[in-house]
Amino acid sequence: MTVGTSADAVETGRAADLPRAPGRLRRLTGRDKTVLTLMTGVPTALMVVFVWIPALASILLSFTSWDGIGLDSIKWIGLRNYQQIFTIYPSFWPAVEHNVLWLVVLALLPTPFGLFLAYQLDKKIRFSRFYQSAFFLPVVVSSAVIGFVWELIYNPDHGLINSLFHTNNPNGTYLDWVGNPKLNIWAVLVAASWRHAGYMMILYLAGLKSVDPSLKDAAAVDGANEWQAFRHVVFPALRPINVVVAVVTVIEALRAFDIVYVFNKGEHGTELLSILITQNIIGEASRIGYGSALAVILLVVSLAAIIPYLIVTFRKERRT
Amino acid sequence: MSPESPRVFHGPDVDRRIMLKGLLGAAGVAALPTLAACSSSNKSSSSTPGAAAGTVTLGSNASDAVPKKAFQAVYDAFQAKNTGIKVQVNTKDHDTFQEQINSYLQATPDDVFTWFAGYRMQFFAAKGLSNKINDVWDKIGNNFPQSVHDLSKGQDGNYYFVPIYYYPWAVFYRKSVFAAHNYQVPTDWNSFVSLCEKMKSDGLNPIAFADADKWPAMGTFDQLNMRTNGYQFHMDLMHGKAAWTDAKVKKAFDYWTQILPYHQAGYIGRKWQDAAQSLLQKKSGMYLLGTFVAQQFTNPDDLADLDFFAFPAIDPQWGQDSVEAPVDGFMLSKNPKNRAAAVKLLEFIGSADGEGAYLKVDNSYDALVNGYDTSGYNAIQKKSAQLFGSAQHVSQFMDRDANPAFTSTVMQPQLQAYLQNPGSIGSILSGIEQQKQSIYNS
Repeated sequence: MTVGTSADAVETGRAADLPRAPGRLRRLTGRDKTVLTLMTGVPTALMVVFVWIPALASILLSFTSWDGIGLDSIKWIGLRNYQQIFTIYPSFWPAVEHNVLWLVVLALLPTPFGLFLAYQLDKKIRFSRFYQSAFFLPVVVSSAVIGFVWELIYNPDHGLINSLFHTNNPNGTYLDWVGNPKLNIWAVLVAASWRHAGYMMILYLAGLKSVDPSLKDAAAVDGANEWQAFRHVVFPALRPINVVVAVVTVIEALRAFDIVYVFNKGEHGTELLSILITQNIIGEASRIGYGSALAVILLVVSLAAIIPYLIVTFRKERRT
Repeated sequence: MSPESPRVFHGPDVDRRIMLKGLLGAAGVAALPTLAACSSSNKSSSSTPGAAAGTVTLGSNASDAVPKKAFQAVYDAFQAKNTGIKVQVNTKDHDTFQEQINSYLQATPDDVFTWFAGYRMQFFAAKGLSNKINDVWDKIGNNFPQSVHDLSKGQDGNYYFVPIYYYPWAVFYRKSVFAAHNYQVPTDWNSFVSLCEKMKSDGLNPIAFADADKWPAMGTFDQLNMRTNGYQFHMDLMHGKAAWTDAKVKKAFDYWTQILPYHQAGYIGRKWQDAAQSLLQKKSGMYLLGTFVAQQFTNPDDLADLDFFAFPAIDPQWGQDSVEAPVDGFMLSKNPKNRAAAVKLLEFIGSADGEGAYLKVDNSYDALVNGYDTSGYNAIQKKSAQLFGSAQHVSQFMDRDANPAFTSTVMQPQLQAYLQNPGSIGSILSGIEQQKQSIYNS
């Protein structure tokens, strides 16, 4: 008994001694603890099992050579995969270029276009709902389907474009949208932009709804024309949405995969990092180590894009 | 052991163990049901040793309608002969089956599975993912010529494979087109090139071509390399022994560059079916492909008009002595649940009855067994048998003769790079050689 009471005394004493903000400390009941453990534990466990362990395993595997058959065939080879990727892998640098091109195009064309659409639709024009659905449809449709639909449009022999313009004559004008490395990346970028514009439109539409209409009225009273009101009043008010848009666009550019894979499996001209990872890991005699090294490179690039965003977000949260 | 290997093995031992733990942890959750399935299967296999009865499971890549029906005919014929054994077929999409083969064979594969002869089969045999079937070959050995024996053996000399059919690659053409323009079948390089030139001036695509699926270009290279440098050099190249930077390889590509202008434009984005259609519609004069090109000739009159010739000779030293004729067949997985019945099934497949049951439904291919009754063959099948019989060497196909990681991640994109830019073949070949060394030596 004496042992028990003294322990209690120590515990309460310690709790009282701890330098915590007054009023915020409360003893948790057993039930609270169970609920808290479950609520934090289950997501943490899922996160660890499905995100952290695979990510760490990829990083470790990237320093090995492994054909995916039996754990004993894993061979430690240090940095050789990376060295080979950077020096002798002919598809690597084109893939990096295409990922960058993807980002630049998404940021410069469909993103402003999405903003334009959103701004027009926000004016409560007639059939606004219909236009919203029409522009948003590509986002709802699976990108695998989008890739397939555009493949039908671009097919060099009997696709829509070449049939309409008679550019499918092998002895005359022949536009090989799928195979020609100078054309195919632009062809898929059109498909990707078509989808991305709808996505951006919805994001901006949500942002515009939250802009106080009295701001615009005030600008109008001050004699600002429509462009000036947009440029100096509405756009600055969209700042929080712009950060989201920037992050989404970067992520979309880095994870670009499905449209290209369905379109032409990422052959000459449309290589992307994600496609190279798949080509090396999936398949018969897979090069798990090599593919993992590519995945790690993509991870590092993604982190470089995401970390600044997180820093900004956390800083803001701390301020509030 | 190379001098650096101790460092390679000892240094990062701890890290490797951590990594393995992590992997096991990650795999653990997903693997639980599989492990349970494993243990239950082991129990059932120990109960009936020797007696051939019960169910054989069979994993099949025959997802296309015609082959699927034809394989079913084989299993039906087998079941009719062996009452008491049931063949349970799990058919997967053809390409998906190939892409998943690694994990499929390591998890709980079916007892018997469809696969391909050549290095592609030997690879899984050497990895211990398939079961020796010398006992099957004790029974069926006499049915096959020596060349088929060699194709069915692993690198350790044991048998791992039972073939069902083969299909040669050759240059296809329409007899009516050749007759209308008075073309002659070319047997050497010069007459082949001048035929291409003539076809072009007659307004035809001389050579139909499509490489969207990425494997057709490998078929063209195989032909050119075997004709230029002979079978042995080609095999050395496929097995990673010869160098891609060897002047001989460059020479084979030079021949290709010479006929590249006669290939149907826009090939990178085209699928082989569309190229076959251009041959069917008499827009193209010739098409180098396997005999399965006949599947696009659905009208019997068109099919009767289809013919082929062996790829023309380039170096008279080799002539037309090699034929590329991929062989498809079956393998036994590493822990079959019902080995006795599976062996019975494989024995049946490796017989004239088994192969015949298939070919009665699908006439795109030829039988491999000795003295097969060819009276039911169509013209293409008969000619295939002639071509195959005349061959001194039989190759499989680049993606069956070489390391699959090499063909899919190096050769497919590099051949496309060549097709886009034939002038840079020198740098492409040195790039291939560097990557080949990194893959074959790892």
